Amino acid sequence: MAQAERLPLAPARPRRAARGPAWAWGAGAAAFLAAAVATGLLVGPVDLGLGAIGREVLSHVPFLGVRSDLSPDEQAILWQLRAPRVVLGLLAGALLASAGATYQGVFRNPLADPYLLGVAAGAGLGATLAIAYGGGTAFTGDLLPLAAFAGGGVAVALTYVIGRSAGAARGTAAYVLAGVTVTSFFTALQTFFQQRHAETLQAVYSWILGRLDTSGWHDVTLLLPYAGCSLVALLLHRRLLDVLSLGDDEAAALGVSVGRVRLVLVVAATLGTAAAVAVSGLIGFLGVIVPHTVRLLAGGSYRLVVPLSVLVGGAFLVFADVIARTAIAPGQLPIGVVTAFFGAPFFAIVLRTSRLGGSS
Amino acid sequence: MIEVRGLSVELGGRDVVDRVDLAVGEGEWVTAIGPNGAGKTTLLRALAGLVPARGTIELDERPVARLSRRALAKLVAFVPQLPVAPADMSVSEYVLLGRTPHIAYFGNEGRADLEAAARALATLDLSALAGRRLGTLSGGERQRAVLARALAQEAPILLLDEPTSSLDAGRQQEALELIDGLRLDAGLTVVATMHDLTLAGQYASRLVLLAGGRIVAEGGAAEVLTEALIGEHYGARVRVVEDAVIPVRR
Repeated sequence: MAQAERLPLAPARPRRAARGPAWAWGAGAAAFLAAAVATGLLVGPVDLGLGAIGREVLSHVPFLGVRSDLSPDEQAILWQLRAPRVVLGLLAGALLASAGATYQGVFRNPLADPYLLGVAAGAGLGATLAIAYGGGTAFTGDLLPLAAFAGGGVAVALTYVIGRSAGAARGTAAYVLAGVTVTSFFTALQTFFQQRHAETLQAVYSWILGRLDTSGWHDVTLLLPYAGCSLVALLLHRRLLDVLSLGDDEAAALGVSVGRVRLVLVVAATLGTAAAVAVSGLIGFLGVIVPHTVRLLAGGSYRLVVPLSVLVGGAFLVFADVIARTAIAPGQLPIGVVTAFFGAPFFAIVLRTSRLGGSS
Repeated sequence: MIEVRGLSVELGGRDVVDRVDLAVGEGEWVTAIGPNGAGKTTLLRALAGLVPARGTIELDERPVARLSRRALAKLVAFVPQLPVAPADMSVSEYVLLGRTPHIAYFGNEGRADLEAAARALATLDLSALAGRRLGTLSGGERQRAVLARALAQEAPILLLDEPTSSLDAGRQQEALELIDGLRLDAGLTVVATMHDLTLAGQYASRLVLLAGGRIVAEGGAAEVLTEALIGEHYGARVRVVEDAVIPVRR
């Protein structure tokens, strides 16, 4: 296929024929998101009904005169249990997917995920310390997310300092290597404290596998300011990510201050990742497969990849959460298990069909 | 257009470019030749502001040291020897990136940018390939896409590091003819580095022979491409027949 296209006589494929226009992908992603939100609100032990949920939502819109059929208990289930969980899933998924896309662009490495620079290991250490020394209050107060957030931030800052000191000549590889170093070191510390406090094992393990358990809107309000800053910054930089993907030299020759843009992007992506990890634990795989799925389907420009990753990442995590809380109800699967279990085969299919489509 | 005085670039503790003086007039094509490690690429990168350098560089009578990165990118388009061409990016997206110095930091390209990119695509006969991904192009097509990106930048100075190194004989000629046409039509000033001495002599208005970071000869092909100079600085045995440099087996 690729060979045939190299022949000068092969007809040129019309513009974007294999990929479709940007607005169509945007509409498709928005529809996927809407379906995820509806499913997330609808599915649960208590059957509310889609129509009743719709009327309940519309009843809060002034001047429409729509009356809700839901009882106060059902309203509480919708607004205090399901809605915050859906919103948390949207935010965490959007943050992880857009951070993954950003890291892949900044480090020009398709395997880069949001945890590349050590944020997961740092957050893991922070969470372990909070659980071990938080005196049993870790899961009830804000100590755990704060400690995880701080740990993740410290780890990435350390990675950046080490990577920078390794010299510009090594380019982005220095940062990747520094990330590996910091990850190993923080993981060692985390394991050490975990061993010293064996009673924390289950709590730490369940945090590491990720979850979207919420206490109402509290976690959402905790996450929202960081999510807002991170997503806005990444979306604004999407064209510059395309420039960075040409490599440091060419980006600089196009008038871009590579070091500064890279720092801003890494800070924004790390802020979002650390915040998402702090409230939902380590949800793996999503930061790699969502951007790549978008890229394979809609093309490689970050101008499309970043916004689509935001929409698809959020929707994907909400769907994963629905599976996590229904598959073995009344028990719950760790959401990280779901994202990998369903994400891996799905990604394998995308990889294969996009190759057959000749767009690789 | 380009005025370089006492330019030195230190890499790894040694001056890779050593006190170079060079003047290039508007619309001229100057090609730097010289053996591997002579400092050709570093000289070009210094002109593009990509390596810290001592001495002075003036472009269009403005000292480079006082120009912002963006202002410099509006004056100089740089094509490296092995440009990064993201396989998933379409040709038109790639060419549009050449407009970066003209677009505000958070901005998007406007009509003028789209028109400039379309002109560059048309000039390099790429309009039909605009929607193709870079990964599906042949070497010659990709080289044209890279040139189109540089052209879309609309900088009066074009720096080309080994523009023909990955092309076959036919595509080499095609690329160099294209560049020469652009130089004449758009009034570009071209500074290139090349290894193929015959082609270098055929297309440049002036040759600069670098060795050990210094300019050791400068002038037209007849003055620089001599058996003695090439023998001395390349350590190569050649015969020069009517400006064609022919290697001779030892």
